Amino acid sequence: MDTREKDIEKLKDYKYGFTTDIENIKAPKGLNEDVIKFISNIKREPQWMLDFRLKAYERLKLLKEPNWQKPKYPKIDYQDLYYYSAPKSMKDKPKSLDELDPKLLETYKKLGIPLQEQARLNGIAVDAVFDSVSVATTFKDELTKHGIIFCSMSEAIQKHPDLVKKYLGTVIPVTDHFFATLNSAVFTDGSFVYIPEGVKCPMELSTYFRINASETGQFERTLIIADKGSYVSYLEGCTAPMRDENQLHAANVELIALDDAEIKYSTVQNWYPGDENGKGGIYNFVTKRGLCKGKNSKISWTQVETGSAITWKYPSCILKGDNSIGEFYSIAITNNHQKADTGTKMIHLGKNTKSKIISKGISAGFSDMTYRGLVDINSKAKNSSNYTQCDSLLMGNKCGAHTVPYIKNKNFDSNIAHEATTSKISEEQLHYCQQRGLNPEEAVGLIVNGFCKEVLQQLPMEFAVEAQKLVGISLEGSVG
Amino acid sequence: MNEQLQSDFDKIVKVSKISEKEIQIKKDFLNKFIESGFPNRKQEDWKFLDISQIIKKSINDLSFFNDYSQTNKIDSSVFVKGLDHNKIIFINGRIEKIDFKYEDQNKIEINNETKENVSFDYNNSLIDLNSALSHKVFRIIIKKNYSLKRPLIIYHTTNDKIKSTNINLRLDFELGENSSLKLIDYFANNTEKNFINIFYNFNLRKDSILKNYKIDKFKNDNLKYSFNNIEQGNNSVSETFILSAGSDYFKNEINCNLNGEYSSAFINGIFSLKENLQHEIRTTINHLVENTKSYQLIKSVLGKNSKSAYQGRIFVNSKAQKTDGYQLSKAILLDETSEFNAKPELEIYADDVKCSHGSASGSLDENSIFYLMSRGLNYQQSKELLINGFLLDVIEKITDLEIKDLIKNIIGLKE
Repeated sequence: MDTREKDIEKLKDYKYGFTTDIENIKAPKGLNEDVIKFISNIKREPQWMLDFRLKAYERLKLLKEPNWQKPKYPKIDYQDLYYYSAPKSMKDKPKSLDELDPKLLETYKKLGIPLQEQARLNGIAVDAVFDSVSVATTFKDELTKHGIIFCSMSEAIQKHPDLVKKYLGTVIPVTDHFFATLNSAVFTDGSFVYIPEGVKCPMELSTYFRINASETGQFERTLIIADKGSYVSYLEGCTAPMRDENQLHAANVELIALDDAEIKYSTVQNWYPGDENGKGGIYNFVTKRGLCKGKNSKISWTQVETGSAITWKYPSCILKGDNSIGEFYSIAITNNHQKADTGTKMIHLGKNTKSKIISKGISAGFSDMTYRGLVDINSKAKNSSNYTQCDSLLMGNKCGAHTVPYIKNKNFDSNIAHEATTSKISEEQLHYCQQRGLNPEEAVGLIVNGFCKEVLQQLPMEFAVEAQKLVGISLEGSVG
Repeated sequence: MNEQLQSDFDKIVKVSKISEKEIQIKKDFLNKFIESGFPNRKQEDWKFLDISQIIKKSINDLSFFNDYSQTNKIDSSVFVKGLDHNKIIFINGRIEKIDFKYEDQNKIEINNETKENVSFDYNNSLIDLNSALSHKVFRIIIKKNYSLKRPLIIYHTTNDKIKSTNINLRLDFELGENSSLKLIDYFANNTEKNFINIFYNFNLRKDSILKNYKIDKFKNDNLKYSFNNIEQGNNSVSETFILSAGSDYFKNEINCNLNGEYSSAFINGIFSLKENLQHEIRTTINHLVENTKSYQLIKSVLGKNSKSAYQGRIFVNSKAQKTDGYQLSKAILLDETSEFNAKPELEIYADDVKCSHGSASGSLDENSIFYLMSRGLNYQQSKELLINGFLLDVIEKITDLEIKDLIKNIIGLKE
């Protein structure tokens, strides 16, 4: 094996596969009322929050797990999971970064996100989530100056109960589908953002997720509210340590944009996808939904999905306010035995609403990729329009690429246009690049980056570089 | 409904002279149907238009028994004029006449043995219903190297002598090597509110050509379902054209298996729906071997309270390299109560393929109307001219010139 091959070998192994040794407090295994009360109690939640959870749990008992999706998975035993675990040192919340568990800080360093440095150099406020509880929130002062609330969900429940009470569950109600309702019952923590009227958030807000304790489903709950005329860009990125059992991740993300507000939500997801034989890996069953509640509001989702054994999510926009805009930009890459069923839903309810969907799917190895999307223009949504483009790229004949768009037009004033193509990297393009001195891997990397460009350029600067690298790494070894 | 079905079935069995074995086969199909019932919106394929609801709303109580021993009078006024053609005439679900007078009789074979089963996998209770209740299954075999001189028109008619509110028809066609058949399904039902369930099976051998045109133009209150299974051998070509306009409800399903290399399938369709109509086309093209091709073009013009749905699926198996698949659906919504639904689906497991689909829907382009009006047309004329051009595009895809002219006349399109 020459050095180059060795390097590739090294890259193929999951770069972020390590675990930190921190004692965990765990709720007893299983899902029942007592566990929910335990979670609520340990987080010192008020009664209304517990009622919210119990209501969701009552509803959950009636629901069945959906099974219409393309990627099938072995049955999950919900009684065999821990629904709460927190790093022990979290019991008394640290006041500053220095008070953090050194082991935690070490973990972030390995991930390439030293908190202090990143905060200082990039001007990003980092709300780092280790397992299920937020451990550090930086740049508080700067944000407080603008009246922006950026904290963990548990903190928000304590300190801003009015806001949480008013908005939590308004976009994803407790009566939603199975996984969303499960989350409503047992969610542990997540981020809460409130941008007051007329404020443009001066920096990109960012959370790094990391799944740790084994056999722990992670149930994050994120709520972002942009009040009238405000703007916020939120980044979410995640990596996870190597593990054998499948881990369930069923997060809920709710976005609410009031009049003239804009929310930009970007995700880079690189959780452990399982080894090359398809063993292990994360189940990423996330419910993300944004509500353009006010007029002239805008919600934009950008996602780069490269990790997870199974990705199953549809970040959606409900365009309720007149003149509101919904956007969805996505790159999904599957390699080896990964499976993805992802896309978006654009529900047009208000007048003059516009939506745009750009989806790029790349499948390699033995993987399976599905774009599933819904564009629904209601009869009241006069003069609305949608444009959808979904392109798929196949590498090899052992993988699959599928496109399943649902198009419903109930309004004669509105236009819907949909385009989709499926192809492979053409021999001519490869030949051209190789002729100019690139090796086949570099050539594929270049072509794929070009293929994804429309989406990559939607990402904020800090993410774009990382994402571009990630696209390359994810496809390593799939060529030739 | 099930008791009615059971007792009608027993009556049918009593009067028909079929063997014990055939009765058992039919019984099995009937039980299968009773178990699953009419398809409803919970099933993915019936998501957009729920047939069980539509039947309930418009017919309510279905009855199934018809006395097939009586012959019906053939009403020649429905025959297509100006085109010499062979005929198969269905009246009230009974085949009254099979007439291949323009052809060499030795080259065409007509069988009516009951086929024991359906030769492909399906998950469709209406096929079970059809297999249980259809009167006689005719099998038409076109022999090797024979091309029919004249087109074959199948007349679907009903008259007021009909007793049941459900008719099931089944025809099987086998096209031998290097043969060709031009087929027109012509619907001239003038009764009210029947549920007509049609099942065609085509088997295309090497180098054969099938041209299948379905014309449902005249306003009637019937509900229709037509399932077409097309099996294609090497180098065979199938062309399907659907004009979906007259019935209250009409769903056409095309399931096409491209089993032979260099085979190709073309499906073109028009929904021209005036008021209160609900129509659907669902296609499944299975590309199973290398170098196969499919092309689909569906256009809709939708009036008041009308709803059309197009579900198109291209499946490419991992062996089917060099596949070329294309789907395009376009719709013009004329009224605020019209609705267009589409689900153009691609399922691809091979990498060296060229597959794409497109879908667009909206209202008539006001700029184009302005252009025409500024040249002296009134609003109505401009609208008609634009729709005319929109639909003509699909008609132009018809490869048989004679039939193209016929269809143009029937629709009333001008060039």
